Amino acid sequence: MNRRDVLKSMAAGAAIGAAEAMFPGVFFVPAGGLSTAAAQTPAADGGLAWKKTPCRFCGVGCGLLVGISNGRAVAVKGDPASPVNRGLCCVKGYHSVMALYGKDRLTRALVRKDGKLVPVPMKEALDLVASKMAETIKTHGKDAVAMYGSGQWTIPDGYVASKFMKGGIGTNNLEGNARLCMASAVTGFMTSFGLDEPMGCYEDIDHADTFVLWGNNMAEMHPVLFSRLLERRLKNPDVKIIDLATRWTRTSMAADRSILFKPQTDLAIANAICHEIIRNDWVHTGFVRDHVSFHEGKTSIGYGLEDKFAFKDEPKTITLERYRELLADYSVEKVEALSGVPARELRYLASLYADPRRKVMSLWCMGFNQHTRGTWINNLVYNIHLLVGKIATPGNSPFSLTGQPSACGTVREVGTLTHRLPHGDVTDEKARKLAAEIWSVPVERIPAKPTYHTVEMFRAVDRGDIRFLWIQVTNPMVTMPKLRRYRDGLKKDDRFIVVSDVYPTPTTDVADVVLPAAMWIEREGMFGNSERRTQHFDRMLTPPGEAMSDTWQIIEVARRMGFEKLFPWSEATHIPEIWKEYSRFQHGPDHEMAPYEELKKRPGVMWPFVNGKETKWRYNGQYDPAAKGAFDFYGKPDHRAWIWFRPYEAPPEVPDAQYPFWLNTGRVLEHWHTGSMTRRVPILHQAVPAAYVELHPDDARRLGIGNGQRVRLVTRRGALVLPAQIDGRARPPEGQVFVPFFDEGLLINELTLDAYCPISGQPDYKKCAVKVERA
Amino acid sequence: MPIKSYLAYPVRGQREALVAALRGLGGCEVVVAANRDLLVVVTDTPDEATEDALQEALARLPAIESLALVAGISEGEARYEST
Repeated sequence: MNRRDVLKSMAAGAAIGAAEAMFPGVFFVPAGGLSTAAAQTPAADGGLAWKKTPCRFCGVGCGLLVGISNGRAVAVKGDPASPVNRGLCCVKGYHSVMALYGKDRLTRALVRKDGKLVPVPMKEALDLVASKMAETIKTHGKDAVAMYGSGQWTIPDGYVASKFMKGGIGTNNLEGNARLCMASAVTGFMTSFGLDEPMGCYEDIDHADTFVLWGNNMAEMHPVLFSRLLERRLKNPDVKIIDLATRWTRTSMAADRSILFKPQTDLAIANAICHEIIRNDWVHTGFVRDHVSFHEGKTSIGYGLEDKFAFKDEPKTITLERYRELLADYSVEKVEALSGVPARELRYLASLYADPRRKVMSLWCMGFNQHTRGTWINNLVYNIHLLVGKIATPGNSPFSLTGQPSACGTVREVGTLTHRLPHGDVTDEKARKLAAEIWSVPVERIPAKPTYHTVEMFRAVDRGDIRFLWIQVTNPMVTMPKLRRYRDGLKKDDRFIVVSDVYPTPTTDVADVVLPAAMWIEREGMFGNSERRTQHFDRMLTPPGEAMSDTWQIIEVARRMGFEKLFPWSEATHIPEIWKEYSRFQHGPDHEMAPYEELKKRPGVMWPFVNGKETKWRYNGQYDPAAKGAFDFYGKPDHRAWIWFRPYEAPPEVPDAQYPFWLNTGRVLEHWHTGSMTRRVPILHQAVPAAYVELHPDDARRLGIGNGQRVRLVTRRGALVLPAQIDGRARPPEGQVFVPFFDEGLLINELTLDAYCPISGQPDYKKCAVKVERA
Repeated sequence: MPIKSYLAYPVRGQREALVAALRGLGGCEVVVAANRDLLVVVTDTPDEATEDALQEALARLPAIESLALVAGISEGEARYEST
């Protein structure tokens, strides 16, 4: 195979990837010069240097091989050695390297002068950032400065940010945008198991025969994993895929059964399944007796709509009998009336979970997490698995999927959140002492009290409690709910906003300083994916112009502010040095990280990595070096997993006479979140060039709206005009509309509500009331 | 000249005719979906004139319902095209 053949195979691979994404389950046979195998896995090097990396889009963590020629990334193929994707990519992955080469890459630092951003040398911009940060601390105190990063931060980025803010400056004003996508998953794990992240792994897909997708359009959001589900079904006709959702999507089309429910009633549905399991004596009594305890918490817990909202749960231990009584309101008949899901379907779901011959995976992502009761609904799906003892064994796996490449590895594991340290919470004296010891700082410097989660952080900027904000690798001026308030807040005269990014965005538009960032494989780093897999990538390319990695930007500013001793590393070796230091935090059988050398060699390593071995199933004594006995939920003091009674509670804003529709927002396959990278890839941009509003055809007919016609959406926060899409790639039920959020020209988050889960602080982007009219 | 890949949708009932027609064109390779009326077409042309001729030939094929460009890769510049 020559070089041109490699390129032809890549082009074919891109088209096959696009087809697989558009038509889940499609497969190809050879019919001419190219064989399917050649198209999908171009094997020869064709003169290119191939290097491994995880994909920088989404949290699945597909392994890629990037072909480098003359200092440019010119080719991508799926890494056949990666156990995540086994050589397959989605359409974003196949085009990922094109995102490096947009014509308007930021290559020089910009500083706002007389209202305009003008280019300055990088050194001058870094000097200004450091001096403004120091000046703000001197004038307003250390809690007047903040950093906001993301799940696209590499692990070293997040680690130095945490060390700088918490160990250097001494403030907990550090957050990551994973608060907007994963926080409820974290609090779900913490409240049910005492430790974050899934007990299982993607290999569960190869063992399970029943997949229940809860509010999760996997065909578009996690297409490679979804293809693994479809492949599993192709090999085993007994496999069932159940799509439980509020809107009919490509996932529904490919599923064996599509069940639509009314927004927010997933809480009631999960309780109905538990009710049915108990009513039929389907409880795995031995597992529950030995490994589970029952609890209830506060109810009517609010929605965080007011500034400085605070909530603290008060868990109470209860008995199984009391739990059964509390579930009495959730008979399948009652829940049918609330959710719109027929009682027979609820019984069917319960029977699937309970059938001892079936192995069940539950999968979810934003539908659960972006929810004003996000923690509760995470708890509830664990309840189901725990009651029937289907957890932590191959194929029996409640599995929380992530949205960003290192939401787990960086934000959750390194802990770039106000309440976290690289190991443990800031409220825990032991965790503060460990951090102080590893960082060689006085323990008193690390504050014991969390400050602001993301929504409250942006409220604090608006109020003026925070005066300096440094944003890296994220685009909050597209993603914040109730956006207008927060944009106006950042634009206030005495706020100083620094943004590190690779392209101009609505967030760089409000910046006082813009720092050009090195992107993905233009620097060395690691990501951590949804299955506890840490994946290393080398620096393969030279960043354009003066672009610099986020890690090194932070180090440069920290050194200018007098924290040289915290960051003594050289530019050449700082990544392995950081990894070595960070790994000390996770030492021990429950979270041991792989050595740097192993990460360099392998297509990712799952933690805990003990004695050269990955841990595929946590809490199971057969696999987990930290577990004692058959099962050991050692994250909790009682070594039991906690079943929580969590009731159905309505969302804060529901459709009424004035705003009669539900507004749901989300993503599309072709675009990565706010589209700042994927919209610069011509093929992806052309596939979905602009946002739209999906309407049910009967609603459209009633309102006199045709496909492509302009529709005005109005909520209590704002209005937006978009083209209608009727029976496009998805169909919402009557009374609901859906708008993707990738389009910075059509900012749907000006209409959304900043209500959040009181336990996790994560906002609900899936439900608010909207008026729909022909424009 | 660039290598390009397309998704091709045949007119109903004319998939085999389309495959045969594409295979008859110089510079075209075809991968057929087994369970959908869908083809992947990869084109490889040595110069602009051949590329233009191929584009015209593709546009004239009666069995094509629609043709969607997915990727274009230019070997000469060793980079993805931004077209």
